[in-house]
Order: sequence, then C-alpha cells, then structure tokens
Amino acid sequence: MLKIKDLHANVDGHEILKGINLEIKKGETHAIMGPNGSGKSTLGNVLVGNPNYEVTQGSVEYLGKNLLELDPEARSCEGLFLSFQYPVEIPGVSMTKFMRAALNQHRTYKGLEPLSASDFLKLVKEKREMVKLDSKLLSRSVNEGFSGGEKKRNEIFQMAVLEPTLAIMDETDSGLDIDALRIVADGVNQLSSPERSQIIITHYQRLLDYIKPDFVHVLLGGRIVKSGGPELALELESRGYDWIKQEGGK
Amino acid sequence: MNMKVEQQYITLFKESRDLLDNNSAPVMNKYRQEAFDNFERLGFPSKKVEEYKYTPVSKYFEQEYGLNLSRLDIPSKPRDLFSCDVPGMDSIQAFLVNDLFHQEAVKGLPKGVLLGSLKELAETHPELVEKYYAKIANHSKDAIVSFNTAFAQDGLLLYVPKNTIIEQPIQLINLLRSDVDLMSNRRILIVLEEGAQAKVLICNHTIDQVNFIQTGVTEVFVGANAQLDFYELEETHTQTVRFNNLTVHQQADSNVLLNNMTLHNGVTRNSTEVVLKGKGAHIDCHGMAVEDQNQHVDNTTLIDHTVAHCTSNELFKYVLDDHSVGAFTGMILVRPDAQQTNSQQTNRALCVTRDAKMYARPQLEIYADDVRCGHGATVGQLDETALFYMQARGISEREARLLLMFAFVNEVIDTISIDALKERLHTLVEQRFRGEVQKCSECSICK
Repeated sequence: MLKIKDLHANVDGHEILKGINLEIKKGETHAIMGPNGSGKSTLGNVLVGNPNYEVTQGSVEYLGKNLLELDPEARSCEGLFLSFQYPVEIPGVSMTKFMRAALNQHRTYKGLEPLSASDFLKLVKEKREMVKLDSKLLSRSVNEGFSGGEKKRNEIFQMAVLEPTLAIMDETDSGLDIDALRIVADGVNQLSSPERSQIIITHYQRLLDYIKPDFVHVLLGGRIVKSGGPELALELESRGYDWIKQEGGK
Repeated sequence: MNMKVEQQYITLFKESRDLLDNNSAPVMNKYRQEAFDNFERLGFPSKKVEEYKYTPVSKYFEQEYGLNLSRLDIPSKPRDLFSCDVPGMDSIQAFLVNDLFHQEAVKGLPKGVLLGSLKELAETHPELVEKYYAKIANHSKDAIVSFNTAFAQDGLLLYVPKNTIIEQPIQLINLLRSDVDLMSNRRILIVLEEGAQAKVLICNHTIDQVNFIQTGVTEVFVGANAQLDFYELEETHTQTVRFNNLTVHQQADSNVLLNNMTLHNGVTRNSTEVVLKGKGAHIDCHGMAVEDQNQHVDNTTLIDHTVAHCTSNELFKYVLDDHSVGAFTGMILVRPDAQQTNSQQTNRALCVTRDAKMYARPQLEIYADDVRCGHGATVGQLDETALFYMQARGISEREARLLLMFAFVNEVIDTISIDALKERLHTLVEQRFRGEVQKCSECSICK
C-alpha cells in the first residue's frame, strides 16, 4: 500500500527526515515511536502534503501512485488521512458545512453524486455516536471552543466519515484522559479492516494497549533505527529510548 | 482653488434655479441657496480634506451627466423591471426611480405612519418636514451634503408616530434607470418618534448600462426608547458612483442597528455619522464590502458620544480581490460629558490578491476619563493553516478559500435581524464569491 524510500525532508531549511524507509501492507497497523524532535510528526505531515515541509530526496509510492506529486486534497480523496496532533480552529465555518464539503468532494472524486442533506445527516449521526461526539459541537465552528479531548474525538469522527484507506494518527492519545482514550481507540478499532492500514504515531505505549500494532518502529534523529513487533513497544515503555541511542541505531 | 469641475454645476444651478424650485417643495427650496453658497465656497473635497483622503471626488463629477430637474417621468414600471424581493421576506415595498418616488399606494402601514415622496409630504405636512429637514446633515461643512442640499428635489420620508411599531420590514428599492448618463441627488428623511420601532432596508440597483452618479443624504431621527434597524444594500454595476451621507441622531435609550453592505458597485463612499444625544442610547454600526476588479468602497464613520452611559459597537469587514480598493476611517469621539461610555470598533480586511489595497484608519478621541473604548484593525490574507487543514480533508483549495471568505463576512451578515434577509445575504455572498452572475434569481431583467 505504502512504500517510503530514502525520504528526506526539511522544515525551514533544517533537515528533519534523513532517509526514512518504510513499507506498509494492506490491513497492517504500524506504530511509530520515538522521543520529541525525532521527526515523527514531520513524517505524518510530509505524507499528507503539508506545504511547510519540503521533500528534498526520496520517493513515496501509495497504491501504485507517486504520492508526492498529488495535491493535499487529492491525497485525501485517495484515502489518506492524518489525525492532526494540533487540530486547527476555523472560526465561522460550521462543522456540518465543513464535513459536508469534504465528504462531497470525496464523492465527486470517486464519480459519485453528492449526498443528499438527509442522507448526510443520517451518516453524521451514526459516526458521531461511534466516537460519542456531542451533537452540539456539529453546529459550532470547526474546533472553535472545543476542549482538547473534543478536538481529538473530532479528528476520529472526521476519519469515521471519510473512511480512509490509510489513516495516520499523530499523537491522538496526547491530552486524553483514560476514558477519552478508550473511546478514541474503540473508534479506530471499529474502522480497521483487512483492506485498511494505520500508522500510529505516539510517545507512549498507552494507546497501544487499545490498538494493537503489528509492527513497531523507533524513529530517532530522522531515521528509523529499530523495528520489531508489539513487544518492542513494551520494552521501550520499561527501558526508555536511551539504550537504542547507545546501540547506535543499528 | 481651481474650480473647473465645479463650474459646470455652478452654472447649472444658476440657470436652473426656477426648474429646481418649481419641481420641489418650499421646505426643500428654503435651504437651496445657502447650501449652494456653501458648495461654491467649499468646492469638491480634494485629497487634502482628511475625510476624503482615500476617495477622490472631483474626477467623478468631471464628465457630463444628465439631470432630471424638470422631473420628467422616466418610463418605467418598477414592479415589472424588478420583482427582486427577498424570498420569504414579508415586506412593505416602495420604489425610488433615481431620486423620484414612484407613485403607488403603499399598503399595510399602521395608522399615522407616513411613507412616501418627500416632496409631496413636504407640501402636505410642511410643519413636520420643516422640523427635521436639513437639520442634522451639515451642509456648511461637507461639500457633498451642500451639493445634495442645493440640488435635491425629492426622495423619501418615513415618519413613525410615538409608540407605533411597524412589524413588517419596509423595503425601499432604489433603481437607477436612464437611457443617458445620469446624475441623481437623493434625499431621505426618517423620523421615529419616542418608542417607535421600524426596520428599513434600502436596496440599490442599476437597471441600464449607462454611467450613473448619485449623491445621497439621509437624515435619521430616533426618539427616546425608539428602535430602528436600517440596512442599505448595494448591488450596482461598475459604472456607478455613489456618495452617500447618513446622519443619525439618537435620543435616550434608543437602539439603532445600521448595516451598510456593498456586494457589487463601481465607486462608493459611505459617510456615516451617529450622534448619541441621550443617555443609554446604543448603536450597532456595521458594514461589509465584497469587491473585485477595480471596485472602490470607502466607509467613513463618526460615532459621537455626547452624553454618559451610551454604548457603541462597530464592525466592518472587507474582502478585496483583483485590483479593488477598500478604505475605512472610523472615528470614535467621546466628549467630556460622556462618562461610562462603552465603545468597540473592529475593522478587518482580507486582501485576496497582492494588488488589492486596504486603507484602515481607526481613530479615537477621548475627553472623558471613565470610559471603555477598544479598537482593532487588521489587514491580512486567509489563514494558511486553516486552508491546509481543509485541503487535508479533501476540500479543494478553491473551495476552501471560498469557505474561509464566506466565514469571514458571515460575522457581519449574522447580525442582521431579519431572518429572510440574512438567508438571502448568505446566498448572494456565496454566489458573489463563486463568481456567479451577481443578480437576483427572480429579477426579470437578469433573465
């Protein structure tokens, strides 16, 4: 599904990603862990085409296409989704209007008719209940006045509506209490299927108690320095990252 | 002073004095000479006149326009030309063709309310019009007001007696209609006695593809405890020049909402002066402009707090595309007696292109010490992080920009107190941003 080869990327002229290699197959869940500043969020942003990040080298193939050539909106319509670490507030644009515009652009991209108002509302209700998002939030402006937890739940709600093929969760667990974490994880798990894949970017093992990864990668200094199974996450939880640093990133 | 441009109007006035007088009312004629003398003294404001810094005046008066001084009936049936009502808005409609009140019985008005031709009502109710006409629009200071007062022959009067409430909005449709380039000088007088309530919407449209220039003077008297919502909506073509002066005087505990919306135009300068004369008066002074091509909108406002315990709130927003120009000068004057004033002014502009220009001048003059006054002015571009967030959800950049622009002006639209009008504005603004023909769906001339 996704093949990243020797990916280098800059932010404000500083090289953050220094040669990422990663392959994700259909139905797999990968966790990417690592300390602050190791490049985890950069990887997520580069994949969805954030213009503040400049790819300087390498290639990304997604569903057989050159991902780096696509606009952010085309990447989304192709089924790529980033749950943002810091969701953006958009004053004056209601959640309903925003989601309807997004969903209908996805449908147009796929050659489908836009959803009628009543079908849209039905869909929204179903997905909203899935992540237990208060209906009042949907008439408000996007993320405006949402609590930290509501913002994260809103990301998962958007994901549930758009049903991505590859979802990237960028620190979706940060700032969540244990109940909210469970709700978010339940939402993510309900969406997983043999046809869909996930990348979970996280600091902690915590979220991985609820969402079981098939593979765990450690990102350090802009490179993946260690990969393993779920047991690697547990080891990181108990031993921290220093031992990997000492191993010299083999 | 080089009075070359003025000269043709000076000559015209002298030659047409009888025509002007004979086709107007004595109450209006009374001020003509004095106003004309003032105009002759002042001349059209140059850029050196602070209030007109961003909108040149004389160049628009240079070209020759026809004036309908003998009040010839310009063939038109406004109702056939224009069936462009706001859907769902149950309004009382009246028409002005240029500056001429269209004679048609206005139905549905409560007892004692006067709504009709200013000229005719000045003849039938001279004491009433005498009491208010040319009393607050200062024709000794502002040359546009003096010009208008010298040349105006008709317009509209709305008089609402004490404690009378007009439930339905009054919609005044001002059509600019002519086969040749035309100048008109419109005059509006609105009087709400104590405790009266009314909602007024003026829609400005152009019918013919000729050059129009219009000066407008609107005087509004709002009595104690009275409530007025006053909307002015402009959807004219790019060959239209409008100089509009609105003066509002408010008595104690009165409540006024002004909203001046320019959706399409050529060159427009709106001058708004609100004098809070009685304690507890409140004014919401709002406006917005959506511009592209070489359109020009200048809103100059003065909120004059003369007594204590008054509140004022100003909100003006501009979306400027292509080479358009926006200007906002907002003066809040708090006089020594106006303690406990609470005043807020906000002006925000979006420049969609690098060639669009916005001039913003918030001004505060405060002579009282126990007041709260805030102001903010920003000129900027669309929020790039919000744009990307929307794109990351599949919304095209174009659509995302539209949504953000729409959200930007919605803050002004959402203050409209007439729901049907609010809905209509949502649609019109969306169509405008999408570049769809800026005409109303039900309008016969657009079809």
